[in-house]
Amino acid sequence: MTGNRKMLIKLTVVAIGMFGFGFALVPFYDKICEVSGINNLLRADAVTNTQVDLARSVTIEFDANTHAMPWRFRPLESSIAVHPGQLTTVTYEVMNTLDRPVSGQAIPSYGPRNAAQYFRKLECFCFSKQTLAAGERRRMPVTFVVDSALPSDVGTITLSYTFFEVEGAVDRAAGSAVAQGGRS
Amino acid sequence: MSSIAHDPTHGHEHDHHAHHPSGVMRWITTTNHKDIGSLYLWFSFIMFLAGGVMALTIRAELFQPGLQIVQPEFFNQLTTMHGLVMVFGAIMPAFVGFANWQIPLMIGAPDMAFARMNNWSFWLLPVAAILLMGSFLAPGGASAAGWTLYAPLSVQMGMGMDMLIFAVHIMGASSIMGAINIVTTILNMRAPGMTLMKMPLFCWTWLITAYLLIAVMPVLAGAVTMLLTDRHFGTSFFNAAGGGDPVLYQHVFWFFGHPEVYIMILPAFGIVSQIIPTFSRKPLFGYASMVYATSSIAILSFIVWAHHMFTTGMPAAGQLFFMYATMLIAVPTGVKVFNWVATMWKGSMTFETPMLFAVGFIFVFTMGGFTGLICAITPIDIQIQDTYYVVAHFHYVLVAGSLFAIFAGTYYWLPKWTGHMYDEGLGRLHFWASIIFFNITFFPMHFLGLAGMPRRIPDYALQFADFNAIATVGAFGFGLSQLIFLAAVLKCVKGGQRRPQRSGTVRTDSSGPCPRQRPTIPSKLHRLSSKRCWLTGGPPWTGDQTSAPR
Ligand code: HEM
Ligand SMILES: [Cu+2]
Repeated sequence: MTGNRKMLIKLTVVAIGMFGFGFALVPFYDKICEVSGINNLLRADAVTNTQVDLARSVTIEFDANTHAMPWRFRPLESSIAVHPGQLTTVTYEVMNTLDRPVSGQAIPSYGPRNAAQYFRKLECFCFSKQTLAAGERRRMPVTFVVDSALPSDVGTITLSYTFFEVEGAVDRAAGSAVAQGGRS
Repeated sequence: MSSIAHDPTHGHEHDHHAHHPSGVMRWITTTNHKDIGSLYLWFSFIMFLAGGVMALTIRAELFQPGLQIVQPEFFNQLTTMHGLVMVFGAIMPAFVGFANWQIPLMIGAPDMAFARMNNWSFWLLPVAAILLMGSFLAPGGASAAGWTLYAPLSVQMGMGMDMLIFAVHIMGASSIMGAINIVTTILNMRAPGMTLMKMPLFCWTWLITAYLLIAVMPVLAGAVTMLLTDRHFGTSFFNAAGGGDPVLYQHVFWFFGHPEVYIMILPAFGIVSQIIPTFSRKPLFGYASMVYATSSIAILSFIVWAHHMFTTGMPAAGQLFFMYATMLIAVPTGVKVFNWVATMWKGSMTFETPMLFAVGFIFVFTMGGFTGLICAITPIDIQIQDTYYVVAHFHYVLVAGSLFAIFAGTYYWLPKWTGHMYDEGLGRLHFWASIIFFNITFFPMHFLGLAGMPRRIPDYALQFADFNAIATVGAFGFGLSQLIFLAAVLKCVKGGQRRPQRSGTVRTDSSGPCPRQRPTIPSKLHRLSSKRCWLTGGPPWTGDQTSAPR
């Protein structure tokens, strides 16, 4: 039955064609992505943070104190302006003026006080105890975001740290804490 | 080549294998469409049981939170293999089995167009099944990448994945050969007078399904071939480290995958469209609109694939397009449901087992269609993607849809195939047990999904415990109910009551006089061709003798 054989050949050709079509989807997909500018794996994504409130800016003042401690402690910048939602990193510097290791813990406080809940620290030297070797100087980052829900009457936030000595910590942790350094 | 094309001159002698090998060799060498149809159906049932055992293991593990029965790695292998075995081993071969048995009878062809190729397309399946099941024994176990075989997971799996890929190739080849056979049979071998628009609807739905198969199975073969070369031959189609893109895999897969779900439901539509008119004693309402609806579903199914990918970071325009296109499919689907209901409207209905399953199908499948619509709404789907809601959706359409139609068709045509009436009591028991346990199993999954329970996980948070326990109880009930089906089929095959001759209660010929003989004799069909004739698709217990089994 030649009619059947013809049909068989035709349909087989279609099937083989569709097998090729599967592979043709590859360049087709690349082309679509390229034309529409989506999903281009060869180009790094330009990340835009939609949560930054560009219409508003808040001044952040940095303050540094030590409580009966032989450390010199200061922020590298005394104040900056940020937009709410903007991820920011600032640096503090601390130096141990003694000729023996000393451990200290920094405690933050905020002014005005109700700003505390809107000030989100993602990374801070105050999250852990700091141990400085004799005469060591260290730079420590603070990474934070000011929540865009910050009440509109707050235009300035003061972030103030005070270092307290942690007595005896150095002896217990022996040299290892010193060698570890920085944040843990 | 000439051996492939079946010589029609020998066709009218249906028992032309009578002097051929007996025993096992009869089944291995058979080119008879009825034998091959039975082989497909039995194969499908065995795979159904295998997939069912996997499903019950999954459900047993999920009976309580925590890990009790299987390890997470094995659990993932089970979900993967359950899906593949059910889709490629149970549902699809069952419909091909129906096609083999019924299409030649319905259109008056002596056999399938390529009888020897038909034998091949069946015997490839056990080979694929052995590969698939054997992959559990491979080092590292079977593939655990999910039935969708998403990259990059599928690029990383062990040897079980390679066995799976070959099994998919083989099953794909089998389906394509089967589909070519069906298209050729339907287009070239209809009895004179049997125009396309006079064909029983089952033939129409299979014709369209076969075209879908020819169009998309090769795309799946391409997708898994790309996986294979990514795994072993250093290409980077889907490997991001080499400049490929895993999301591309999803596009290629779902270009196959969505038409595939219609491959699994269109023949079910066909079966139901044969059964509903018979037991309503009215011709099918809106035959032509059924044909057009089926065609438009098939065409639309090519432009909706990305509704499975709403969470992959598509541009909004893409999401909108795929959302609206998907919702558009509900229109022809609705036409079909409307036509079935209109067929029953004011019909003198009776509810024998095939009809029970068919009406059950309409009810429960339609619920699955509605949850599909809900999944199609992009903002909602972003919430429920990969949750149990999707699991509920596709089990409503596949179990209560495809599987119930398979049951309906089996009860409907068993008497024709075996020459005996099935046990009506067992059939009804099977129906009620199935539909009740089905709903106990899958209805709670909607709530689980809405509450956020992810799919494909072996353990879950405590708040999901109650609904999971209910689902597991239902699943075991459903699984056991299928043994009733086995009993009913075996009883019918072994013997039992002769099918009624010209039963007074169930007749096919309510739309007009239908030939008692299979319409292989053109003159007879001709005489009757002015009225659409359902006989060849109709219930077998009306006295059609020519198709008596060997
Ligand atoms: C009105 C008709 C239908 C609509 C609108 C529809 C819509 C959808 C959508 C949007 C999804 C993706 C859900 C997600 O992953 O988040 C889905 C999944 C699915 N649908 Fe449907 N569907 C319909 C009918 C069907 C039918 C008839 C079948 C098969 C017989 C089917 C089988 C499936 C399967 C198997 C999945 C899940 C695939 C997976 O992720 O593993 N659907 N459907
Ligand atoms: Cu889909």
